[in-house]
Amino acid sequence: MKTVDMPKMGDTMEEGKILRWIKQEGDTVTKGEPVAEIETDKVNIEIEAFSSGVLRKILVPEGESAPIGASIAYIGAADEPLPGQADGNGSNGKAAKGGSKKEKAAPDSATSAAPVPASSSVAVAPALALSTNGGRVFISPLARRLAEEYNLDYRQVRGSGPNGRIIKLDVEAAVKQLLPVAPAPSAPAFTPEPVLASLDTGEVVEIPLTTMRRTIARRLTQSMQNAPHFYVTSVIDTGKLGELRQQINAYAASDPNPVKVSFNDLIIKAVATALVRFPQVNVSFAEDKLIQKKQVHIGVAVALEQGLIVPVLHNVDRRGVLDIARESRRLAEAARTNKLKAEDLSGGTFTVSNLGMFDVDSFTAVINSPESAILAVGSITPTPAVVDGQIVIRDRMKVTLSSDHRALDGAVAARFLQELKHLLEEPFGLLL
Amino acid sequence: MRTVTYRDALREAIREEMQRDERVFIMGEDIAGYGGTYSVTKGLFEEFGEKRVRDTPLAEEIITGAGIGAALNGLRPIVEIMTINFSLLATDQIINSAAKMRYMFGGQPAVPIVFRMTVGGGAQRGAQHSQMLESFYAHIPGLKVAIPSTPYDVKGMLKSAVRDPNPVLFFEHELLYNIKGEIPDEGVEYTVPLDRGEIKREGRHVTIISFSRMVHVALQAAEDLAKEGIEAEVIDLRSVRPIDIDLILDSVKKTNRVVIAEEGWKYYGTGQGLAALIYEHGFDYLDAPIQHVAGADVPMPYSKPLERAAIPKKDDVIKAVKTIVPAALARG
Repeated sequence: MKTVDMPKMGDTMEEGKILRWIKQEGDTVTKGEPVAEIETDKVNIEIEAFSSGVLRKILVPEGESAPIGASIAYIGAADEPLPGQADGNGSNGKAAKGGSKKEKAAPDSATSAAPVPASSSVAVAPALALSTNGGRVFISPLARRLAEEYNLDYRQVRGSGPNGRIIKLDVEAAVKQLLPVAPAPSAPAFTPEPVLASLDTGEVVEIPLTTMRRTIARRLTQSMQNAPHFYVTSVIDTGKLGELRQQINAYAASDPNPVKVSFNDLIIKAVATALVRFPQVNVSFAEDKLIQKKQVHIGVAVALEQGLIVPVLHNVDRRGVLDIARESRRLAEAARTNKLKAEDLSGGTFTVSNLGMFDVDSFTAVINSPESAILAVGSITPTPAVVDGQIVIRDRMKVTLSSDHRALDGAVAARFLQELKHLLEEPFGLLL
Repeated sequence: MRTVTYRDALREAIREEMQRDERVFIMGEDIAGYGGTYSVTKGLFEEFGEKRVRDTPLAEEIITGAGIGAALNGLRPIVEIMTINFSLLATDQIINSAAKMRYMFGGQPAVPIVFRMTVGGGAQRGAQHSQMLESFYAHIPGLKVAIPSTPYDVKGMLKSAVRDPNPVLFFEHELLYNIKGEIPDEGVEYTVPLDRGEIKREGRHVTIISFSRMVHVALQAAEDLAKEGIEAEVIDLRSVRPIDIDLILDSVKKTNRVVIAEEGWKYYGTGQGLAALIYEHGFDYLDAPIQHVAGADVPMPYSKPLERAAIPKKDDVIKAVKTIVPAALARG
């Protein structure tokens, strides 16, 4: 028995509607003959039979829709039993996949040794029948929760459990792969990735991808493809911020636990404060809803020789600037020495990427999904500026906010940036 | 500590409670001069006399009703109903009277009564005399249902049951009477609460939840599994009402996997109720579907080989554990 499946006509198509069945149940069809007319989000089109035989059963009636890949009809020999009839379980609905596997949780009454009085078990034991469903990913509740905590797209993970179910071990293995370091708490020692040899063909050098590079490629492609980015840039006067930083550092040098506060630490603090005031930026787009995070966890992009990693400063809104400075020093150091733990990398709600030290004016960054925005920070440069009608030299920097337009709109992004600019230009408020 | 049988520990508990409180008395079929069908009450008649160790007619409804009446009037009866199978004749007294009087009369009367009886199969007693049925009573609000598995627990829990102001069903598996275990020395007073399970063996890969005789089967399975690197935690529920769900959830959070092992039937029983509770409160901690090892879904066969086949064994528990514990975990 062959199925007729809802075809995918174009990238944006997710489902198709049956406008008309050209063939009816019992009609003979020849391979290549149109059997139904469907409507997609773009076109109406006839779909053809991929095999010859009799149209045995229509699974999706006219006027109804089915997702791409779902079976919409059966074609087979006239006397062939329909799937679902063969094993006496009856058809299990319109989207039954032709080759769907059935597993039965048989009641214990079948124990061969026991003489079963007909009335006892049959009456009590419901025959449970489950079927695996075409595109569905099986994942244990625990594994699903862990995947969410790690921001891991579990659809990419291969399941090792029964029915290909993704279990905790699989998620942990995937997380380990994504990290440069194995974060297994029970085994702190880590095995560095084997160094892969480059292949020099004379013309080109082929460099195999490290897992980190693969992860960057996969995640950022996903972000750029799924999240419609838009960019808002602002120029920020950092004069007062520089003075404040000097004062803080003069104080912090004599702290029992001395630390040097960077411009980036102050920017992180300002971003956190702005996020508290604009919670609509601290969100994730989740297809049918927005998930607004109550906590402010800020990822800080750290460039490494082999790539890029984004450790996360947690609860930044509740930390003072010295604390932020210490924590970001710790994370940067851990990143460089491959000592980041899984929790150092999870839970980010917003990311700051700073290329200021490389003397760039400005740049745009790719959103670190499932976050909805990222701030790209350029260099602080003495710039001729107009202040009170006079041209003066001021220290300024450009910041560019990339936002996911599915989650937030231009005006929100602009107001958020305006707040950030105010916080950085009148930075005394950051200490309060 | 000293080593005694389950039967002796139980008898000690009854004797000590009778010595401690003169309101405590015991009644049942053949429990006096004969010493009880399972010899639990042996010697008590000689020590306490016919007023406090009373033989009754073979009429469970009457024994139960008389016991409830005595409890309502200030005594502390222990009623022995030989086996749970015979208690079916007394269900109206237990469920409609004992379990509900305190509730229906505004909390005024207490019904401090203990119904002792054996449960379970494995001794070739045939279909009518080999049932677990503990879930039957565990279903009823107003009752407590204790089902201890060791000499230590049976002594401590019977004492708690006698002192409890509520009706307590007290289930003793017939095949446990001769097992031995350590209990505190004579004269050392202890009790075991009626609402707490116990971890009988610690482990981190899977939680095997069990009660009554199956606890020992689970412990043997855990012993074998340990040789293969699988560390099973064995929880003894000790009581099936109230059920110690916190202990269970804490263990599930640790192991992420659950096997429920019970001797009784699968459908609508203690195991399924427990599984539902775990799914309801522990869903996010489960890494695999709960496995349920239970008695075959048939009336208990009389034939010895068939009876053996119908009662879950160590290998059934091991198989269930291996279904959900990944091999990689056992190696690690």
